Amino acid sequence: MADEVILLGFFPSMFSMRPRVALAEKGIHYEYKEEDLGNKSPLLLQMNPIHKKIPVLIHNGKPICESLIIVEYIDEVWHDKAPLLPSDPYQRAQARFWADYVDNKFFGSTWKVWTTKGEEQEAGKKEFIEVLKVLEGELGDKPYFGGQSFGFVDVSLITFSSWFHVYETFGNLSIEKECPKLMAWVKRCKEKESVSKSLADENK
Amino acid sequence: MEDELVLLDFWPSPFGMRVRIALAEKGIKYEAREEELFEQKSPLLLQMNPVHKKIPVLIHNGKPVCESLNIVQYIDQVWNHKSPLLPSDPYQRSQARFWADYVDNKLFMALRKTMRWKDGEEQEAGKKELIESLKVLEGELGDKLYFNGESFGFVDLALVPLASWFYSLETRTGFSIEGECPKIISWTKRCMEKESVAKSLPDPRKVYDYLLERKKKYGF
Repeated sequence: MADEVILLGFFPSMFSMRPRVALAEKGIHYEYKEEDLGNKSPLLLQMNPIHKKIPVLIHNGKPICESLIIVEYIDEVWHDKAPLLPSDPYQRAQARFWADYVDNKFFGSTWKVWTTKGEEQEAGKKEFIEVLKVLEGELGDKPYFGGQSFGFVDVSLITFSSWFHVYETFGNLSIEKECPKLMAWVKRCKEKESVSKSLADENK
Repeated sequence: MEDELVLLDFWPSPFGMRVRIALAEKGIKYEAREEELFEQKSPLLLQMNPVHKKIPVLIHNGKPVCESLNIVQYIDQVWNHKSPLLPSDPYQRSQARFWADYVDNKLFMALRKTMRWKDGEEQEAGKKELIESLKVLEGELGDKLYFNGESFGFVDLALVPLASWFYSLETRTGFSIEGECPKIISWTKRCMEKESVAKSLPDPRKVYDYLLERKKKYGF
């Protein structure tokens, strides 16, 4: 019996893009349903009654919520192709640590850059750049955060690149100038079809 | 070669308690080191968790693992011969992770707001959110013995440390958790019958005294 896979998403959401990248990496066919967040569908409210948020993956009628939890689920179920998490427990712990850093520290630092002005924005910009530099430090000279191949941390962070133009425009900063290695990594990831077809257009 | 395990911890921390419970469930021996979080963090902590500088940190043969739920998953994978904490089925695992994430984000956020010493709107809002979150969790528990079903597991471990803070919460806010969420209280008592939990949680009154002292010293 063929799997039925549905993804409820919202095109500009970096969280929504993550399962798309993971599904593309694994070559899984799925039905994508765009949600109007101002008018949430009955399906979304039924499948994620707790948070009422996207993304939601519905696998044979059963929902999985929270983007990184969805990505781990995809990696575990379709484990025969393109592994996203390392098999070694210590490396897995490190991957989860950095994905959590992206979700909390990095995501948290982006708000002030594009939603505030004046002193608050300057402070926000400073924090944003500091956090980016920590991530750049963690990448080091590796082609991907996952090492030689694209992995969990790469999936968690690359989807934010669709928002770089927003941060640069509103924040009046250049990510390339501050973190050239990180921008090189973005370009490298975008060469992968799974990434380029899942990311929203920056200008949109 | 024997494993060398060190846990950098702080006794009232619910996050530290999670790791203590996991290690006890697996019967693993380790060296516990208490950190003075508000006085001076040890060089070891700063070296092992330079990004967040927070406890708990598990140091396994010299290599650090940080973030409590991350540490618990690591322990579950490495010492997989005994007392599995996460289910083996991927769907059940995703549900366990979802609810542990709910505890970490929704519940702990409400806890922080509630435990502010300043009375006011924020604290009232926190109280309301806390009760709502506990009721949602109570709904998820349903008639099961544990969140994990017949046996103690990941979500139980994520939530039960909060029980050592119940006395402080009730004293601070005046509401009764038993009154609002009786199933949560009976689940707590069931968990406390387990040795791994009972020996990992501090006396609730000691936690309250600590919070009072912290308020006196540092104002929060």
